[in-house]
This record gives sequence, C-alpha cells and structure tokens, in this order.
Amino acid sequence: MSEIATELPRPQPASVVTEGGLVRGLLIAVAIVFLALFLVLPLVTVFVQAFAKGWEAYIAAFREPDALSAIRLTLITAAIAVPFNLVFGIMASWAIAKFEFTGKNLLVTLIDLPFSVSPVVSGLIYVLVFGAQGLLGPWLIEHDIQIIFALPGIVLATIFVTFPFVARQLIPLMQEQGTAEEEAALTLGASGWHAFRTVTLPNIRWGLLYSVLLCNARAMGEFGAVSVVSGHIRGLTNTLPLHVEILYNEYNFVASFAVASLLAGLALVTLGLKSLLEWRYAGDIAASGRH
Amino acid sequence: MAPPLRPRRRFRRPSVIPGFGLTLGYTLTCLGLIVLLPLAALVVRASGLGLSGIWAVATDPRVASALRVSFGVSALAALTASVFGFLVAWVLTRYEFPGRRLVDAVVDLPFALPTAVAGIALASLYAPNGLVGAQLAKFGIEAAYTPLGIFIAMVFIGLPFAVRTVQPLIVEIDREIEEASATLGAGRLQTLTRVVLPPLIPAVLTGFALAFARGVGEYGSIIFIAGNLPYVSEIAPLLIVIKLSEFDYGGACAIATIMLGISFVTLLAINLIQAWSRRRFGYV
Repeated sequence: MSEIATELPRPQPASVVTEGGLVRGLLIAVAIVFLALFLVLPLVTVFVQAFAKGWEAYIAAFREPDALSAIRLTLITAAIAVPFNLVFGIMASWAIAKFEFTGKNLLVTLIDLPFSVSPVVSGLIYVLVFGAQGLLGPWLIEHDIQIIFALPGIVLATIFVTFPFVARQLIPLMQEQGTAEEEAALTLGASGWHAFRTVTLPNIRWGLLYSVLLCNARAMGEFGAVSVVSGHIRGLTNTLPLHVEILYNEYNFVASFAVASLLAGLALVTLGLKSLLEWRYAGDIAASGRH
Repeated sequence: MAPPLRPRRRFRRPSVIPGFGLTLGYTLTCLGLIVLLPLAALVVRASGLGLSGIWAVATDPRVASALRVSFGVSALAALTASVFGFLVAWVLTRYEFPGRRLVDAVVDLPFALPTAVAGIALASLYAPNGLVGAQLAKFGIEAAYTPLGIFIAMVFIGLPFAVRTVQPLIVEIDREIEEASATLGAGRLQTLTRVVLPPLIPAVLTGFALAFARGVGEYGSIIFIAGNLPYVSEIAPLLIVIKLSEFDYGGACAIATIMLGISFVTLLAINLIQAWSRRRFGYV
C-alpha cells in the first residue's frame, strides 16, 4: 500500500498538534494488533478451516444437493428483496428529499426502525402475523397459503431487515442536491419521469450502487430473522447461512466452513467494491462525510 | 379589530416537482405493510398479556438470567468497543502509516460478514482446541461456551459502530484550536484532555449506545460461541427462539417486548445525547 489515501484527510506533520513519535507508533501498533486479532483472524479462520482437508473436500461440500438448493434459495431471496428495497428507497427518498411536508422527521425515523429491532424479533413479528397461531393464520390455512416456513416468509423477513438500506443512503444525498436541477428540467418541458431518469438518476447513481451493494450483502447473509421464519427444512427452506449452521451443528466442519467461505467471499467483494466507491466517488455517495 | 391574516396551514409546501402523491403513497403503503403492521401485531399480542403477564415472564429465573446476560455483557462489550473504537478512529484519522486505507476498510468487516459466518469462525478460534482458545487455556481462561465468549462476539459486532460514529468528528476537529491551546502553553496531554476530547464525548456515547443496542439484539454471531447453557450463557434472543419452537408465543412476545422497550429507551438516550450535543457544541 504505497498509495496514500486521498479522501481520508492527510494528517499534518505539525509537531505541536500531534503526539510524540513513540506514542504514535505505540497507538498504531495497538490499533492494528487489536483489529488483526478481533476482525481479521476470524475471517482468515473461515478459509483455513474450509481448506483444512484440501481442495477435494472443499469442492465436495458444493456437490451436495442441499448446498445447491441453499445457494438457489439465497439467490432467489436476494433477487426479490433487493429490487424491492431499491424501488422503495428511490420512492421514499424522492418523497422525503424533494418535498417539504409535515411529519417528515417521524417518517424518516419509522423507516429506520428495522435497524433497531433484533433480527430474532424481526422474524418473530412475521410469525405472529402469518404463523398457524398468528393473526392471519386461520385464514391462510383455510385458503391453503403457506407463508411461514416457506419462501414468502423468508423474503418478507429479509425485506424487513434490509428495509432502510437504500432509503437512508439516498435521502441525505438527494436532500443535499436540492431540487433546482429537476425544476430546470421541468421548466424546459421534461415530464416528471424524464426529469427523474435524465437528471436525478445520474446524480444519485453511485450512492444508489453503494447502498444496493450493502443491502445485497445483508440480504444474502441474514441469519437471525430468516432462521425464525424458515423452519429449517433441508433442501427446501434453507438459505446459505442456515445451511452453514446445520452443517456446523452436525460437526461437519469442513463443509460448514466451505459454505461459509462463499459468504465470506461475498463479504470481501462487497467490502472491496465499497472501499473503491468511497475512494473514487466519495462526494457522490454520501451527503457530507461518511455514515 | 380583525385578526391578522394567517396563511392557511398546509400539509405540504407547494412545488412544481411532480410525483408527491405517488411516491409518498407508495412509501407509506410499504412502510405500513412491511414494518408497522407486523410490529403492531407484537404490540397487540403483548398487550393481551398485560403488564402483570409480561412481569411474570420477566421474573422467571431463566428469562431474568438471560436478560441479565444479554444486557450486562453487552454493556461491557460496548464499553470495550468504544475505547478501542476511539483509538482506532484516532489512529486512522491522525496518523500516517502504510496500509492505512486497508485498515480503514477492515473496520467494516463485521458489517459485511454474515453473522453466522462470524459466529462459527469465532467459535472455532476460541474453542479449547482452537488457535486462540488453546493459548487462553494455558492461563486457565475459558472463552468459548462462557459469557466471555459472548463478550468477544459482541465486541466484534459492536466495533464498527464505535469507530464510525467518532471518526467523522475527529476529521472535523479544527486544528487551529489545538494550535491555540499549544501556543498558550498547554502540554499535549492537557490539550487532548481539556480541548480535544470534551467535544467528542457525545459521539463516543452515541457509538456506545449503538454498539450496546446491537449487542443486545445480536443472535447469529453469538449462539455458536456462547454454548447456550441456561442460567450461564444463554442470551435473550435465543430464549425467544426457544419459546417459539415450544409454541409459547406469549413468552416469546413478552421477552421481545422487554427487549424492544429497552432498545427504545436506548434510542431515546441517543436522541437526547445528540440534542444536548447540538445545543452545547452546535453539531452532533
């Protein structure tokens, strides 16, 4: 890493406003050792354990039909939940950022609500609505509709836990950009949709991509909420994180870590792209500073 | 005398931009169906139990012990995360060293790594035959399957909150204030403790509260390393899962309500800290 951060402000060498060289070195060392021990080591462990019995054993974990169906279910879930929250995020931030109306702050707080709810509780509330003993349970049974312990429940719980991702990224960004450009486009005769597509969308594209990346990572990796609503039916309602749990509890560690390494790889790709976007388009992602 | 003309109160300030009705309507519909209605189901269910019903569940020895473990360990973990988080944020913004960008990216790892993956990795590292667990065992310390394991997992997931709330404020500190303090004869330590740190305290507290709330609700990264012994290392979210699997919906709702209540108080505390900070320092 010879290249030095351009977006992280470069520390100034003025001597009266920094600590002595020894203290500085010590603090840097403590910080790096702490991060290496607490954050990097677990990540490395995933890959070490996954390849503990060699390449063959690693690949074998993915030959299992249950693993393949878990991959398929995770992809399907993300393919529904992420676009849903993308559309919701754009709609919500358009309403909130481009207009002034009463109760706006309350609306923003409510959109953020799923972030402060425990994943387990996020799953629980859907069981209370759609479960056999839930509010709509008897009606659903009568009409032979299965939501809990099936794909719809998994998708709903995933949408819930990733609900604020896109909106909370776009709202401050669009608020900062104001409405002048859209007003100009409209005055020049553009339709609302045309103004959105040619003026607003290009302005928010990097912020949008950034939030979709994070939303997708969470959607594919969610464990607690999905675990409550899935029912753990092997080959049917097991997502990748749930499959990791089942294999681990069966003491099938190599397979468990092999599947986990797939998710860890996804996390690394997400982090890499996220950092890349932060370095290159810092101003286009977030309104002011980082969040 | 005629009263002064007051402008009619409007719900929305007029604007030439179209789409307000459509976008707000869509937003409210989604919010209502996905978030508010299911949460209301919890409130309805819990209110059916009544305060005495919830109290009865909360004072059940096993539930009380799980709540104590969740909240107690999370507070300690959030404190640890805040201290090291501050250090990391300071080092990242103030010092120049090779690999700074990489270290900065690493901080977000717990946000990106799925909790179940973190959970099994931590469990295998700190197990008695694991890489770190074996070293700790030499000193007679058991980490996995004890509250210490829960603590480690909670520090892991809480750390990014602590770093990322303080970091932007350290960036914004006006260096001239530090120079002024130094010119007026203050030593470096004096400048740090009397000039630099006080305005950062609200951010540190906010980071603490966020890490604390996250730790209390966390499930995936904890259950593998915790060992889940009732009365010892069983956390409240796990107890909700157990109650649900026993079809004890009432018990699950009661625990969830207690947890939501305490999270709500934490959120309120964050808002109060930020309001206080805005009055005192002019920013959050």
